[in-house]
Amino acid sequence: MQNKTFYNEILTDHNLHPEHKHELENANFEMDGVNPSCGDEIRLKLRVDDGIITDGAYVGNGCAISQASADIMLDLIIGKTKEEAMRLSDIFLRMIKGNVTDEELEELEEASVLQDISHMPARVKCAVLGWHTMEEMFKEDKES
Amino acid sequence: MNKNPETEIKFSDKFTEEDLKIRADFPLLNKYDMAYLDNAATSQKPECVLNEEKKFYEEYNANPLRGLYNLSEMATEKYESARVTVQKFINAASEREIIFTRNASESLNLLAYSLGDLLLNEGDEIAISIMEHHSNMLPWQHAAKRKGAVLKYIECDMQGNVTEEELESVITEKTKIVAFTQISNVFGRLNDMKRLAEICHRKGAVLVADGAQSVPHIPVDVRALDVDFLAFSGHKMFAPMGIGVLYGKEEYLEKMPPFLTGGEMIDSVTREGAVYAELPHKFEAGTVNAAGAAGLAEAIRYIEKIGFDKIEERENKLTAYALWEMGKISHVKVIGSEDPDEHHGIITFTVEGVHPHDVAYILSADNIAVRAGHHCAQPLMKHLGVMSTTRASFAFYNTMEEVDRFIESLKDLRRKMGYAE
Repeated sequence: MQNKTFYNEILTDHNLHPEHKHELENANFEMDGVNPSCGDEIRLKLRVDDGIITDGAYVGNGCAISQASADIMLDLIIGKTKEEAMRLSDIFLRMIKGNVTDEELEELEEASVLQDISHMPARVKCAVLGWHTMEEMFKEDKES
Repeated sequence: MNKNPETEIKFSDKFTEEDLKIRADFPLLNKYDMAYLDNAATSQKPECVLNEEKKFYEEYNANPLRGLYNLSEMATEKYESARVTVQKFINAASEREIIFTRNASESLNLLAYSLGDLLLNEGDEIAISIMEHHSNMLPWQHAAKRKGAVLKYIECDMQGNVTEEELESVITEKTKIVAFTQISNVFGRLNDMKRLAEICHRKGAVLVADGAQSVPHIPVDVRALDVDFLAFSGHKMFAPMGIGVLYGKEEYLEKMPPFLTGGEMIDSVTREGAVYAELPHKFEAGTVNAAGAAGLAEAIRYIEKIGFDKIEERENKLTAYALWEMGKISHVKVIGSEDPDEHHGIITFTVEGVHPHDVAYILSADNIAVRAGHHCAQPLMKHLGVMSTTRASFAFYNTMEEVDRFIESLKDLRRKMGYAE
């Protein structure tokens, strides 16, 4: 039994006051992500110009972890190339599995607050929802 | 589970003598300093039940109903005497009316297949309430599809109340089967099964009662209620997981085709077919869970020793106190009746602005176990206009101190989620 709650200020702030939770009119990438066991759902929208993510947003419903994680992700990837975003996503997903170096953790900036979720199997799906959705989005684009 | 001794608080010193005496019977409750408030999902097990199950394997273990040697006869006797204990507990007319299953879900699936085959023809109707657990909904959805029957829903209001008019209008002469929960796992409200049985029988329908949430908490007399079938699980009533019961009136069980086929449910088998065994064994194919049945019988003896008077008194007191205190916390909204007597230990609620999974998680950080989600009642959640909810559910071994602990954690919850209160 954990005695310390996982909900630190960074997480609750991103949940209650998300910067990127809104519609995005000029998006050219869009993907739905659903976590059926919890009922978390997000719709992720990105604007990509010349391979660079120039803007991004999401809308959805779900627990604080799923929503805050998506907001934190957007903070991190806006302004980066698609490849860079995919590389950060890979680091994030490895962090959740407990397989990450300290240098890599630093690259994740605020997203590193979700590191401890690796000890809470029931919440992992919530934390990775946004990241998985982005990966799917770019993979699908590559295939088409 | 890791325990952190630095932050661990012992609440047991606040328990009353009666609390301590009851809780001494439950090994798990004494192992963790935790408020276990998820009893509607499964109950904890008293030591006598655990011992009874162990004893079966140590002293009686042989395949029941088969062997011609003494040990197998002892196993059979243990298993069949458990059946009589269950029969007397719910006041069934005969032990032939008691079928052992794995749980209420299996009992209801058995019915949806077997009773469905017996009674349903194309165009016939099945009526179930919108507040049913998925276990008493999906089998009937499936049966309706299989038989070309029509599934109709009996609606309830926001407090879980079903009007007489609604029952009279949905249940018609075309209705062959009505499946209804005696106590809702979301509202905790007790539905009047006797009245419902009268309506069903007047219109020529059989009544299937889901007793998963009622049988552990209130006396249930199948003959007084005149329900045609009753399904319940052992694990919610202090018995082991993997043993459940289907009660059915003999007149129906006799005519119903077997559900599962295989060993020990036949009289004779030829290349072409089989003559099925007498009730109740017709419905118990394969090696049975005899140790589980012995555990269930012991759980019933335990319940009878404590007494439903005491069980109800304690559970109602806990519910009334929790509801009263929750009423003082802004942003907390209880689903269902304002009357504590209409809850039977079940309190489903929402905290404005906080997702139920976060609610459950924060409570868990304070060592309080509750359920969060749709409670296997998604259509009801939709009907109530909520995505999901949190549920605290009490058993008689819970204490006022545990309610205090729950309330304290609940009070602080929105602040922890970043709201400035």
